[in-house]
Amino acid sequence: MSALKLTRRGLVLGGGGLLLASCDRITSAPSTTDFLRRNAEAATYGWQRLIQGNGALAREYTLADLSPVFKANGSTDPQDDDYLDHVDENFENWTLKVDGLVARPMQWSLAQLRALPARTQITRHDCVEGWSAIGQWTGPQLGGLLRETGLKPNARYIVFHCADTLDGEPAKGGDQSAGRYYESVDLVDAFHPQTILAHAMNGKPLTVAHGAPLRLRVERQLGYKHAKYVMRIEAVDRLDRLGMGKGGYWEDRGYEWYAGI
Amino acid sequence: MATIADATFAEPLPARRKLAYRHPLSRRINHWMNVITVLLLLGTGLNIFNAHPALYWGLYGSEHDTPVLAMTGQDGKGTLKIGSHSLNTTGLFGWSGGEARGFPGWATVPSFRDLAAARNWHLFLAWVLILNGLAYYLFGLWNRHLRTDILPSATDLSPGNLVHDLADHAKLKFPKGRDSNRYHILQKLAYASLAFVFLPGMVITGLSLSPGADAVLPGIVDLLGGRQSARTLHFVFMSLTVGFIVVHVLAVLLAGFANQMRSMITGWWAFDDDGVDPGVPTTLAARIEG
Repeated sequence: MSALKLTRRGLVLGGGGLLLASCDRITSAPSTTDFLRRNAEAATYGWQRLIQGNGALAREYTLADLSPVFKANGSTDPQDDDYLDHVDENFENWTLKVDGLVARPMQWSLAQLRALPARTQITRHDCVEGWSAIGQWTGPQLGGLLRETGLKPNARYIVFHCADTLDGEPAKGGDQSAGRYYESVDLVDAFHPQTILAHAMNGKPLTVAHGAPLRLRVERQLGYKHAKYVMRIEAVDRLDRLGMGKGGYWEDRGYEWYAGI
Repeated sequence: MATIADATFAEPLPARRKLAYRHPLSRRINHWMNVITVLLLLGTGLNIFNAHPALYWGLYGSEHDTPVLAMTGQDGKGTLKIGSHSLNTTGLFGWSGGEARGFPGWATVPSFRDLAAARNWHLFLAWVLILNGLAYYLFGLWNRHLRTDILPSATDLSPGNLVHDLADHAKLKFPKGRDSNRYHILQKLAYASLAFVFLPGMVITGLSLSPGADAVLPGIVDLLGGRQSARTLHFVFMSLTVGFIVVHVLAVLLAGFANQMRSMITGWWAFDDDGVDPGVPTTLAARIEG
């Protein structure tokens, strides 16, 4: 009995400390975290999609609510050669390509994108790190472009290929390896009315720090889904053939693909 | 004529040690699941906090805005800022283990900076907390534990009773005999606070941080004062929960550790049957043996 009591005492007093401090190998083992993420993500995705339906809108704000300074995070000044050329040319030779499992591959110049009917929305950007900023975004709806290209019946995801190579983010810790940024969303979010390709922020052309010339806004998800420096949009039937197979730069480094929470 | 035997009968019966079946299996499982879940949610939550160790009030907030609480570290010095007050907290908040970090490594899961792993755990355990809590509510309604043992009665809440129980706790005087087979008012309030305020508060403020949930129920985030206010309140409810844990563990240690632990492991609570019935309904002595 006294041995048992010692064990229980250990469970309550020492066990907590043991769990909290010395089980790093268990708590950060990819086999463990992959299992946790797969299950929790399936539950969160299932429940949120169920209660959202396809159309629930993210909260929109007014001009009075704008953050005085909108924090720029992730890549803020890409040094990739192709991108630097586009900056030098003021994006005049830049085009957005839409291809993959589409009926008609198409491309748009920045001038053509700016001439398209645009949606303007003032929304809150929630970074996975915990901070938020409110900004005004203007650009054509992704759904509109995809209706022009059409989708093949087996298309299930929309992938965003970006111009920037990101080498981690010290605040996040964990895997800091470098890689070309990319992101992906399902077709529900791709055709959501607030999912736009923003070419303007707070009424001005998008700056390099915020993803010039074009960034994705997918307002019901966390900041890392909002790919900056979008160069090419690809419709695919599966995500495991891209990057390291998880559907995005941060997803490949342990983050949830469904970032609605 | 008085005899020795009569004199013996005239005295109260010697107290007899008995066992009362206090906690059914469901509650014991709920309790220990909660211990593991809440401790890991706490550790992973502090790791998540360390990715941006500052709190704000309002709709938005980042390093370009004014925080209500911030932990900063520079040149080996850690500082905790609350409003306009600054405290040197080197080694605890802001700077520890030779680097700038919010909470120290011993308090976070994992001990090193890893937002992805911490989130994987936190969002999984949040589901475990919700399911475990729902089971606790359902079993507690079914076996009338919530209504009979946890919900304070009007008598419980009378000022006289409150003062009396406060005085007993201050004197570290804990219920004895049959009177220990029920919860007294401070204990009821503590458990009710955790089960109906602190932990539901954690879940609601936690869900408010989800942009996906916000799209469905924006009213909740507005009610809390905006997303960054909700994040600050998530931290406040966390602190209240930690406060409960400290008080609860202290009370268990002071009120008879072995007996308390036995009742939450085997279900059986030992008491000296003094024959004095407090006359208050309870489910904590559903069966008595010995």
